Amino acid sequence: MEISFVVEQLLNGFQLGVLLFLLAAGLTLVFGIMDLVNLAHGSIYMIGAFFAATMTLALDSFILGIVIALPMTLILGMVLEVLALRTLYARGHMDQVLATFGLILFLNELVRIIWGPAGLAIPLPLFLDGSVSLPLGIVYPTYRMFIILIGIIVALGLYYLVSKTRLGMLIRAGASNRTMVGALGINIRFLFTAVFGLGAMLAGLAGMLIAPINQAQIGMGEDILILAFVVIVIGGIGSIRGAFIAAILAGVIDTMGRAFLDVLLLALLPANAAEAAGPALSSMLIYFLMAVVLIFRPQGLFPARNG
Amino acid sequence: MRLKKKVQEIGVSCLFILFAVMPILAPAIGEAFYVDVFARIMIWSIAAVGLNLVLGYGGMISFGHAAYIGLGGYTIAIFSFHEINNGFIQWPVALLISGLAALLFGALSLRTRGVYFIMITLAFAQMVYFLGVSADKYGSNDGMNIWNRSEFKISGLNFSIDDSLTFYYLIFFILVLIVFLVRRLVNSRFGMAIQGARSNESRLEMLGVPTYIYKLTAFVISGVICGLAGILQANFERFVSPDMMDWPRSGELMFMVIMGGMGTLMGPVLGATAFLVLSEVLSSLTIHWHLIFGPLLIILVLYARGGLGGIIDRGQKDG
Repeated sequence: MEISFVVEQLLNGFQLGVLLFLLAAGLTLVFGIMDLVNLAHGSIYMIGAFFAATMTLALDSFILGIVIALPMTLILGMVLEVLALRTLYARGHMDQVLATFGLILFLNELVRIIWGPAGLAIPLPLFLDGSVSLPLGIVYPTYRMFIILIGIIVALGLYYLVSKTRLGMLIRAGASNRTMVGALGINIRFLFTAVFGLGAMLAGLAGMLIAPINQAQIGMGEDILILAFVVIVIGGIGSIRGAFIAAILAGVIDTMGRAFLDVLLLALLPANAAEAAGPALSSMLIYFLMAVVLIFRPQGLFPARNG
Repeated sequence: MRLKKKVQEIGVSCLFILFAVMPILAPAIGEAFYVDVFARIMIWSIAAVGLNLVLGYGGMISFGHAAYIGLGGYTIAIFSFHEINNGFIQWPVALLISGLAALLFGALSLRTRGVYFIMITLAFAQMVYFLGVSADKYGSNDGMNIWNRSEFKISGLNFSIDDSLTFYYLIFFILVLIVFLVRRLVNSRFGMAIQGARSNESRLEMLGVPTYIYKLTAFVISGVICGLAGILQANFERFVSPDMMDWPRSGELMFMVIMGGMGTLMGPVLGATAFLVLSEVLSSLTIHWHLIFGPLLIILVLYARGGLGGIIDRGQKDG
C-alpha cells in the first residue's frame, strides 16, 4: 500500500470531518443553548445547497453564488425559528423530534415543488477545478482542499466569536444558564433567533460546499444529519470544541474504515468473509465509536454543562 | 375524564369490529383493496403497541424501533432465500434475533438519559440499517423478494397463510393477542414498576426496585413485539428492504403512538389507524401530500397533546 494513498484518504476524512463540523456546530449550539433537538437542520443544509445552485447558475459565479446564498440561509433559519421552532423550546424532546420530523416532510416537498424532483449540479469555477500537488508526490483535488481550508477558517472564526466577542459571551452564558441570562436583562428571544440563524447559515454552507461534488438533491440532508447527531453526542452536547474534535474523528474513522477495513480484515478472515464483512463493518464504524464513547462517558467527550 | 375514557372505549370497540368485518365489508362496497390497507394498519398497530410499552408506559423515548421490525422481517426473508420456509423454524428465530438485538441495544442505551437515549437508540437502528444496505448477498439497497410465505405443516395438517383471508385473520388474531398480553403486563407488578420508573425513578430505586432490569425487560419485550410485526410485514408484502428500518420509519411509528395517546392501551391502535388512513387519503388527493401531512403532524404535536383518545396529560419535560 502506498503512503500517498493513505494520506489522500486521510485528507478525504478531514474533508468529511470539516463538513460534519459545519453541520454539527449549529446543531450543538441550538441544542446547548435552546435545548432544542432539531431534525430539520438537515433540511436547511439541503436548502442551502439549492440556494447556492440557483444563485451560481443565475450569476455564473460559484463564489458569488455562495456569498449571496449565505445570507439567504441565515434569513431562512431566522424565519423558521420565529414561525415554527420557537414554540418548541418549552416542549419535551420527544415533541421536538416529532414536530421537526413533520417539518422535514414539509420542507422536502416544498423543495420538490420549487426545484423539481431531479438534483441540481453546480459547475466549479476553473481555478477550483484542477488538482494541487502536495509533498510525497500526492496529487489532490483543489476543490476538496478548498473545503478543508474553508472549514478550518470557519472553525477558527467560530472559536473567536464564541470565546472573544460579546455575542459569544452571551452564547456561552446561555448554554450554562438560560434563565439567568434573561434575568440580567439580555433579550433572550433575539439571542435565540440569532444563534439559530447562525447555525442555519453554517449548515447551509456545508450544503453549498458539498453540492459541486454530490449535486443539490432532495433527501441529501437526512443521512448526514444522523451523522451530525452522532458527532455532537460524541463531542458532548453544547460544546463547539467537542463538535470539532468529534467531527474530524468521525470523518477520518469513517473514511479510513471504508478504505482500509477490508484490507485489514483480509489479513484476519478468509477472503469471501472479509469481502462481505468489510463494507458492512465500515459503515457501522462511527456508530460503534459512539456506543463506546457513551458507555464510558455518557455525557460525551467534552460535556459543556456540568450536572 | 371518565367520559373521555368511555368515548375511547367505544371508538376502539368500533375499530376492532371494523377490523373483523373488513374482508366482508370491503368487497361489498366494491373497494377490495381496503382489505390490504387494513391488514397493513393492523401490522403497524402491533408494532405501535410494542413501542408504546417503552415509550408510553416506560417513558423511554426510543427513536430506533424500526430496527426490530427490520430484523424480524429480514430473518424471514433470509430464511426464505435459503429455501427454509418452515414457519416453526423461521418465526422463533426471528423473534429471538429481534429480542437479542433489543437486549444488546437496550442494555447499552439505558445507561444514558434524556436526549442521549434518543440519539443512541437512533444510532443503533442506523447501524442495523447500514447492515442491510451493505448486505450485497441479500439485495443491499434494493431489498429482496420473498417467494414463499412461511409454511406451517404439522403431520399432514397444512395451515397456509398464502390464502389472503387466512392471513388477514391471523394478523387480526395476533393483534388481539398482543393487546391482551400488554394489558396483562401493564397491570401487573412489572407494569406498575416501569410506570413508576417513568414518573420517579430514584424513588422507586429507594424502594428497592431494580429499575434498570425492569426497564430493560420492557425494552426487550417491546423489541420482540416489533420483531413480530416485522415477521408479519415481510410475509404480507413478500418483500423486505433496508427502507423498512430507515430512521423515518421509527419516527412514523412514534407518531402513531403519540397520535393515539401514548401510555394508553388502545391509543397506538387508534393512532396507527389514523396515521395510515390519513396518509392514504391525502396521498390520493395530491402527489404533494407531504406538504399537508407535515404541518398537520406539527399541529398535532403542538396542540393535541395526549392524542386522539388520550387520557393522560404529562406536561413535564423528559431527561
